[in-house]
Amino acid sequence: MVWLLVLIPLLLAVAAVLIPSGRLRPWLVPFGGLIQVVLVVFAISSENVSGFQGWLLLDPLGKLVLLFISVLFFICSLYVPGYLSLRAERPTRLFCACLLSMLGMMTLMTLSHHLGLMWVAMEATTLASAPLLLFNSSTRSLEATWKYLLIGSVGIALALLGSFFLAYASLYEGLESTLQFDDLIKLAPHLSKPWLHAAFVLLLVGYGTKMGLAPMHTWKPDAYGEAPGLVGALLAGGVTSCAFLAILRFYSLCVASGEAAFAREIFIFSGILSMVVAAVFMIRQRDFKRMLAYSSVEHMGILVLGIGVGGLATYGALLHLLTNGLTKGVLFLSAGNIHRAFGSKLTDDVRGAIRRVPMSGALFLAGFLAITGSPPFGPFISEFTILNGAIGSGKFVVAALFLLLLAIVFVGMGSTVLRVTQGTPSTPATATDFRESPRFVIPILLFLGMSLLLGLYIPPQLESLLKNAALFVENGV
Amino acid sequence: MYQLIDPILVAVLLLNFAALGASQLRTVIHAIALQGVLLGVLVVVAHNEFTIWAVLMACAAITLKGIFIPRLLFHAIREVSIRREVEPIIGFIASLLLGGLGTALAVLFSNTLPIAQEHVGSLIVPAALSTTLTGFLILTTRVKAITQVVGYLVLENGIFIFGMLLVEAMPFLVEIGVLLDLFVAIFVMGIIINRISREFSTVSTRNLSSLKE
Repeated sequence: MVWLLVLIPLLLAVAAVLIPSGRLRPWLVPFGGLIQVVLVVFAISSENVSGFQGWLLLDPLGKLVLLFISVLFFICSLYVPGYLSLRAERPTRLFCACLLSMLGMMTLMTLSHHLGLMWVAMEATTLASAPLLLFNSSTRSLEATWKYLLIGSVGIALALLGSFFLAYASLYEGLESTLQFDDLIKLAPHLSKPWLHAAFVLLLVGYGTKMGLAPMHTWKPDAYGEAPGLVGALLAGGVTSCAFLAILRFYSLCVASGEAAFAREIFIFSGILSMVVAAVFMIRQRDFKRMLAYSSVEHMGILVLGIGVGGLATYGALLHLLTNGLTKGVLFLSAGNIHRAFGSKLTDDVRGAIRRVPMSGALFLAGFLAITGSPPFGPFISEFTILNGAIGSGKFVVAALFLLLLAIVFVGMGSTVLRVTQGTPSTPATATDFRESPRFVIPILLFLGMSLLLGLYIPPQLESLLKNAALFVENGV
Repeated sequence: MYQLIDPILVAVLLLNFAALGASQLRTVIHAIALQGVLLGVLVVVAHNEFTIWAVLMACAAITLKGIFIPRLLFHAIREVSIRREVEPIIGFIASLLLGGLGTALAVLFSNTLPIAQEHVGSLIVPAALSTTLTGFLILTTRVKAITQVVGYLVLENGIFIFGMLLVEAMPFLVEIGVLLDLFVAIFVMGIIINRISREFSTVSTRNLSSLKE
């Protein structure tokens, strides 16, 4: 039955292509999102979900990421009918089909327990999301898509080379040739160490490119800056989580082979580097959508940093995966509304968003406070847990750097956000015909509500999902 | 047929330098096409015995890498009337020197990695790494969108060569490697031919530079 989770979104994507009515088609996306959430909740509560001789398996880590992705997709999908009603002249058929196939491929990514299958799913996610970036069909979106595909595919190619290295690590030692993670974890202590090290670095670079870790992040500002807000939210929350999941699987492999220290050092280094790069580019950023992309680079850095610190911080990083993704939903969707209301995404033209689009402006401001770790929102708790983990394990330098960089980002991001939201609008309100109606605001409110909820109270079911996933990452079982 | 592997790999390495040093786009694409055909032959040679599967894989590789994608690239040049020169950011001599340096580094690095008994003395690992590096070099030092595609193809060929070590133990991994070609087809068909030519008069990534800090 596990294959239904992948098949249903794909069938709906085909339906989106075939359905003749342009009015009904956008509703297929929230419909698919709802079905997926129901199926996923059902799958998570069942005991043993697997199929195809263990190629597909829902493990504790997969459960967490799958639940998160389906919720994220569902809330984003609520925004689709309203968004497409404004863009009826664009190819909505391709847009809806690509969104649904992207959901299918992200689901496949969380389920696949096979090195090769996971790689195929990652490649397919990239291919499905490229037409979404090109939706606006401007020269700028063309440039962004070109960079996304070119840099992304180099990353994918290096990930394949890493997979080859990993396969050779077992072949060299004359071990049974296998690409399934369960078997690899069992064989891990006997894998050839030099090949394993080289494989891990290549896989981190490869999947790290998709995740947007510095210095492989250069496609991100362009892609997120030019993508429609809703696609930005899905990329920043969904695709990056899939790539992070892949990296966590290789980390478990390193742990099982006794090379955890090697992997952790690299994680801490690349985490700090991503935060530094993001902080530098966020200061005086004039384009508020590009600013969100750098914020995403920063938070990807926080995720790998958390894993690098380990222990309590692993739990914090997994929680941060959820809180960051939900808060990014708030930011990208409200930034999309503001962009539409002003016809620009540069702080030179956009002033006084709170007056022009009161809800979106206020939500953008709240999203900023949440993502920079202000209480009582979710990211505060997850970042605090990571900090706690760093101090608890005696990594004081890492903890101090982490706090310093968070402070720099707060100031840098704050000046851009305040310029956008405060003041009086510079252009007359009639400049664009965008009016803030409930269908453009409700999804954002849902995202913010969930981010707030995770800051105040984590439901016991989610708590146990998180704990099991953290154990799984640290022990590989 | 193992003894044939090394001569083929030497030819592949020479073609890397041809791709780096040639000033005409047509020459570069011809070099890549020939490299693709050689890789197809390599699949058959890397197998101990002659199997249907090996022949099928070889045919797939030759068709895709040696015929289909080069034809697409030629088509793109004609359709979009791209100027015939390569336009490197660094000179051809410097490219060749860097290529040589990359090859030397690849040989040094592959000596630090342990090699299984049956692969000792073979050129597969150094050739794979140096072809991958050459691909990177072309990718980063050429201006045209189409030469960036060529760079990606060379990079991909390097990975394909490494796959020959696994071709018997884990054929599945090598098979999916062919999927990388899917990306190239999409670059060329979806973006270069259909879009860039419509938006810009020439296909140069210099035009693709409005997005930066």
